[in-house]
Amino acid sequence: MKNKKYEAIVEKHKPDEARKSHALVAFLVGGTLGVCGELLLEGYTVWFDLSRSEATVYMLITFIFLASLFTALGFFDKLVSFARCGLLIPITGFAHSMTSAAIEYRKEGPVYGIGSNLFKLAGTVILYGVVSAWFFGMIRYLLGIGG
Amino acid sequence: MTYQFKNVYINNYSTVAGPYEKMGPLGKNFDKTYSDLYCGEPSFEKAEIHLLEDSLHLLLKKGKLDKEDIDLVISGDLMNQITSSCYASLFLNAPFLGIYSACATSLEGMIIASTFIDSGRVKNCITACSSHNLSSEKQFRNPSEYGAPKPKTATFTATGGASCHLSSKKAKIKVESGTIGRMIDFDQNDPFNMGAVMAPGAADTIYKHFTDLGRGPEDYDLILTGDLGQYGKEILKEYMFKTYKIDLSKNYNDCGCMLYDLERQKEVNAGGSGPVCSALVNYSTILKGLEEGKYRRVLLVATGALFSPTSVFQKEHILAIAHAVSLEVIK
Repeated sequence: MKNKKYEAIVEKHKPDEARKSHALVAFLVGGTLGVCGELLLEGYTVWFDLSRSEATVYMLITFIFLASLFTALGFFDKLVSFARCGLLIPITGFAHSMTSAAIEYRKEGPVYGIGSNLFKLAGTVILYGVVSAWFFGMIRYLLGIGG
Repeated sequence: MTYQFKNVYINNYSTVAGPYEKMGPLGKNFDKTYSDLYCGEPSFEKAEIHLLEDSLHLLLKKGKLDKEDIDLVISGDLMNQITSSCYASLFLNAPFLGIYSACATSLEGMIIASTFIDSGRVKNCITACSSHNLSSEKQFRNPSEYGAPKPKTATFTATGGASCHLSSKKAKIKVESGTIGRMIDFDQNDPFNMGAVMAPGAADTIYKHFTDLGRGPEDYDLILTGDLGQYGKEILKEYMFKTYKIDLSKNYNDCGCMLYDLERQKEVNAGGSGPVCSALVNYSTILKGLEEGKYRRVLLVATGALFSPTSVFQKEHILAIAHAVSLEVIK
């Protein structure tokens, strides 16, 4: 009873989080990143005469490299604070989570620091990525789409 | 819960702060500041030790105090196993008590020290505390370079070290009384809204302090909570009035809102937090205000949220505690 009253006071003084503008920024930044990826992909197929699937790999490597480099240079966290999921959901966020953990834990050494903490944030993504890939692969197999 | 002290005085105090605090409105009041979060050390944990050690050195220097004169050191911080306090006080080579009440640590230390001094067992006692924005970010949240987005109600752990020298030797500021807080559980579980977690703790301690001593807000020139932040501050005012009919609208403020310029320093969100947040404001500005006659009696209420990352992930509520100390100027 007492807590319900308190909850009402807490809710009353909660500021508006401006979710709509955050979502819009994330959509625009994430979308722009996607367009850049597509352009790069097309570029790689033309410049280096690669197949589309090979070019995809090089495009992803480019993004992973840039995100890791920017994290190491120390300004990617500020971009993330601004663009939020626009940068965290694409592959840039995955690379950033590993590089930031590596930078953070290098003081504890290569084994107990970097080794055991590199996947601190990315581990969840890998585990559930693999699990859901298996799950959706099975659905495709059972429906007979995968061939 | 409330104890009155007869013979405890604040002889000296020192504050060392980091870059964000330096840029804040109280920047000029600190004894020493750093422009870099590493403070010349290779890691943030070492930087925190450095800050606390600096403040202890400064305290000895300011008070012309010898290491041999110190009978007891009481210190605490946010790091696992309060390592910052342990390593920083090593050079003092004095009897040491390590304490933990999260962000209420500074006043827990002051109450314990005052009790020792008032009993006559101890003459000179140092109480200290520290916190570092990025060492606690690493321990409680994500890697510091990750820059995970935070809601507006989140608070920003202050960087610094602060120490205070209490003694039975007469000085201008007297530690008049102290109230030890209780564990308060209001079913809160959001580590990004500490103001809402800690406001009931502060309310409970303030109410107990007033009823134990038969006082009210009008008996103080200033009532100051530790780190509720701008939203927690409003919650406390409303909750205090609705529950206890105590009006805090006239002479109440929060250290977390004073340490930073909330309009200009947007990165701090709702305000400062951490053990050193209230200590930096109190030791740099409020004690000076008392000495200069700006205030005659103030009530400091340091607020702490008690939890660990593990307890939050295991869906335990976050508990709150608040300790209060009343300081007054002697005539």
